[in-house]
Amino acid sequence: MSGEPLVRWDWLFAHLGPIADRMGQHLYLAGIAVGFGFAISFALAALSIRRRRVYPFVTLLATAAYTIPSFALFAALVPVTGLTVLTAEIPLILYTFVLFVPNIVAGFDGVPWDVLDAADGMGFTRGQRWWRVELPLAVPLVVAGVRLASVSTIGLVTVSAILGDSLGGLGYYILDGYHRHFTTEILVGGVLSIGLALVADLGFVLLQRFLTPWAARRTEKVRWT
Amino acid sequence: MTAPVAGRARAASLEFRGVTKRYANTEGARGAVNDLSFEVPAGAICVLVGPSGCGKTTSLKMVNRLIEPTSGEIILDGANVMTEEVTALRRRIGYVIQQVGLFPHLTVGRNVAVIPALVGWDETRQRARADELLSLVGLDPAQYRGRYPAQLSGGERQRVGVARALAADPPLMLMDEPFAAVDPIVRERLQDEFLRLQRELAKTILFVTHDIDEAIKMGDLIAVMEEGGRLAQFGPPDQILAHPASDFVARFVGADRGLKRLSLVTIGDLELEPAPDRAGLPTFVPGTKLRDALSVLLVADARGGIALDEAGRPRGFVTVDAIASALAEDRPGRNLPA
Repeated sequence: MSGEPLVRWDWLFAHLGPIADRMGQHLYLAGIAVGFGFAISFALAALSIRRRRVYPFVTLLATAAYTIPSFALFAALVPVTGLTVLTAEIPLILYTFVLFVPNIVAGFDGVPWDVLDAADGMGFTRGQRWWRVELPLAVPLVVAGVRLASVSTIGLVTVSAILGDSLGGLGYYILDGYHRHFTTEILVGGVLSIGLALVADLGFVLLQRFLTPWAARRTEKVRWT
Repeated sequence: MTAPVAGRARAASLEFRGVTKRYANTEGARGAVNDLSFEVPAGAICVLVGPSGCGKTTSLKMVNRLIEPTSGEIILDGANVMTEEVTALRRRIGYVIQQVGLFPHLTVGRNVAVIPALVGWDETRQRARADELLSLVGLDPAQYRGRYPAQLSGGERQRVGVARALAADPPLMLMDEPFAAVDPIVRERLQDEFLRLQRELAKTILFVTHDIDEAIKMGDLIAVMEEGGRLAQFGPPDQILAHPASDFVARFVGADRGLKRLSLVTIGDLELEPAPDRAGLPTFVPGTKLRDALSVLLVADARGGIALDEAGRPRGFVTVDAIASALAEDRPGRNLPA
């Protein structure tokens, strides 16, 4: 071990195919968690907006879920759901709520009342107001939530490697490298996982620029009468 | 600069018949309206004016049913507004508010064409209509249609708000403190431009303000409301200034209501004495308000000034006495203003 270089490039180049597969799995696992997490959070946020008294409880539950260690949750789930994707996804999905719900609620809360008053007064139906006014104006904060949840989930996917070699995404290399005292594998798993998180974040920033050109132009405010 | 408006819709008459709005929570009767009745003929500007909490905005919002009356009827163009499908009703009533409420995520052009888009006009027609209306409110379409509301000044935003409300060529416009959020200079210009526009469009307009001077300037008719949502007086501005119906109205229009009346009359309305052949006297262009003329004369410590015609030639002599007697003319008993 003493003569071992930090990164064994020969190993790396010999395993490009499997590494790519693991990256794919990593994104797949994160994607499912973010997707389902978003859908459920959106429903929870919609409920919280409509029934304001529910919101503190939703927040409390989302925060409570976030405090449960994933290993503890795995231990509790494995007897029921086995060493499956489902077991891996349940904690990942639960953890997204605390990131999504407050952002979605704030996004819709932040739609100015005068804009809503104008929309109502001009004869928008409820549905038209929601699709054409509220949703587009909530996008910046909703996308902010998606960025947070993606970055967080991409990092957390690695822990599902504990459930077996068929899971974990790039976390497989981290765990395997740890067992074999093989730094190259640990670095490949860790660095690529961080890389995926950064790329995803950048992707959502660009998506938001595309979706909300009006928000970007605010900075170059022109004033003349 | 101003494009003609295609397909000018006729204006609608508007009538309040015993309209009452009560609120369940009894923490003061703020915004409540009590047995409000008045009639606005088609094409007139009616201003609802009164102190805050007197129910003027409530009254306005009952017309497009953002608020529903407890009892009474609002008759638009012969039909009770409660009988029409609510979105259809709102789409044929223009709505302008103090905060403007432009859609921040839509360009100026799309904001103006938002109702045409909702009712399914094609892109070309929407864009043509938006351009036409932007020109009408004094904004160059080529320069403004692609901007976002955040890139506009307060005055520009209000113009876009007015253009947007005009898009469906509504026979009635509801305007809730539309010029209150801009500075006094811009406000005065917007008021003047709006009055010029209204001479062309001849819409029926229900206009809410808390500012009596704005009410006098904008209104063909003024409904003065007092706390508790009661109508204190209804009539043309000159009548309200000359004959306030109660102490409340007299106080509300102000001790200077005599002077305010002078701003309703221009020197063109006066019988002029022959112009003296003297230099150094103040001169007045046609259309100068008596109030401004009097102010100029008092400041210049002059007994009179020269009224000019359009070509700038002397037309006659305006004196302080003539202005004073114009004020006194239709005041029975010649009692001095309170």
